[in-house]
Amino acid sequence: MSTKKSKWTPALIARTAAAWGIALLLFFPLIFMGFTAFKTELQAIAVPSLWAFEPTLENFHVVNERSDYVQFAWNSVVTSVVSTVLGLLIAAPAAYSMAFSPTKGTNGLLLWMLSTKFMPAVGALLPIYVIFQQLGLLDTKTALVIIFTMMNLPIMVWMLYTYFKDIPHEILEAARMDGASVWQEFRHVLLPLGIGGLASTGLLCLVLAWNEAFWALNLGAADAGTLATMMVSYSSPEGLFWAKLSAASLMAIAPIVVIGWFSQKQLVQGLTFGAVK
Amino acid sequence: MPRLLLSPAVITLLIWMVVPLALTIYFSSIFYNLMQPDSTGFAGWMNYEFMITNPAFSDAIINTLVLLASTVAITVIGGLAIALLINETFPGRGIVRLLLISPFFVMPTVNALLWKHMMMNPIYGVLAQVWTFFGLTPINWLQDLPLFSVIIMISWQWLPFACLILMTSLQSMDREQLEAAEMDGANYWQKFRYMYLPHLARPISVVIMIEVIFLLSVFAEIFTTTNGGPGTQSTNLAYLIFNEALQAFDIGVASAGAVFAIILANIVAIFLIRIIGKNLEK
Repeated sequence: MSTKKSKWTPALIARTAAAWGIALLLFFPLIFMGFTAFKTELQAIAVPSLWAFEPTLENFHVVNERSDYVQFAWNSVVTSVVSTVLGLLIAAPAAYSMAFSPTKGTNGLLLWMLSTKFMPAVGALLPIYVIFQQLGLLDTKTALVIIFTMMNLPIMVWMLYTYFKDIPHEILEAARMDGASVWQEFRHVLLPLGIGGLASTGLLCLVLAWNEAFWALNLGAADAGTLATMMVSYSSPEGLFWAKLSAASLMAIAPIVVIGWFSQKQLVQGLTFGAVK
Repeated sequence: MPRLLLSPAVITLLIWMVVPLALTIYFSSIFYNLMQPDSTGFAGWMNYEFMITNPAFSDAIINTLVLLASTVAITVIGGLAIALLINETFPGRGIVRLLLISPFFVMPTVNALLWKHMMMNPIYGVLAQVWTFFGLTPINWLQDLPLFSVIIMISWQWLPFACLILMTSLQSMDREQLEAAEMDGANYWQKFRYMYLPHLARPISVVIMIEVIFLLSVFAEIFTTTNGGPGTQSTNLAYLIFNEALQAFDIGVASAGAVFAIILANIVAIFLIRIIGKNLEK
């Protein structure tokens, strides 16, 4: 048991090969997309597929000009960042209160919050659409920020609650004994201890908002469209377009996949509402 | 003080839940068609009748359930197999984990377009090339197997999710117990049956429930690839409601459909909340 240095037993070789094989197979579509983004349109549809070619950045320029990438990307950044920050501002006090001064109703309240997540989006689409139309909010970033905040709020409260619960109460009590005000308690005790939890909650919700497609497609069209909406303009073939499609896709997913890699551990806690640790 | 801290979250969530729900039920009971502004008033069960008798409705329900059941089966069984495979260490395990989880972070519209064009195109697509390589006739995926194609796309996205959750749960297993079982000569099947599976029962049920909630309202993948077609072959409930509301402009009928979707989701949610509620007690 103590021999940490693994020898290349047949079992280990088989496991390594199988694991790498499966991982590369599942990752393959993204590899293919990555390669295609740097091909010319003619090279992109070559059969059999080319794997050695002179890379070009042409597609990225075209995508940038044709579909106003910067505008869509800006909308994505604004809606996901603002909704995440806003969500944290609402969720953190609630999670703090439930974790440090729980009452009889706390568990019930937590479960009720979870239950709001199960209102299917289509069930809410029509009223929201009509309300936003009346308020003149259709196709605005404000509308998407509101939706994304509400969509992620239960997840945020739950994640922060599980993080805050792990902070030992004694530390807070000691601070109070020493006469710390609520603000000082928050600033010097809770924030430093809870910053990891806040960061990972934020990261996960950033990913969820960035990738949200249902509301973005239905509520944001021209002005407030996010990158998820931009991609739809690439759904119908216009001549040869694979290379441009790939370039646009790469530009739409690259930032968030990287953030996703960093928040993968939190994903488990967040999306299962703490039921799996 | 606690109330003051709680109230922003509670109030906003309450509004977010109650207002759309009440309005959806209200819309479903009145005549509300954007193309026929003259017809107004109480509709009774008319919208529901119209929705149910629409032949697309039963197709949509069946498609929704088929999509759900197949995706859950594929992702849970596949995710379980992969999680067990990479539970023990091997060179490059960290990188393999990152590769495996990546599809989950790909936005649905990119996922759909990537598969529709580059993987599933019947002439140039990667799958067509594989089929040709093995001397088979390439499949016209989106035309001939529209629902199955959508299932592939969605499974590609959710397999990493199932895998990651089960993997995390396996890490928390009691190593000593496993080693003791090995000492006692338990074979892999026995370990799987009597140790891994009982340990994974709860995470598996959580994975299933979470997936069900998300998969009941799959939309973007269908919207960007098949548009529900050909015919209604890949129309699910979410897409049908969207179609009724924003293509046929009949808010009343669409709302009746939405009420069905809410009922369906709530049946599932009750089970999930029970499982998670039990966890809270501990």
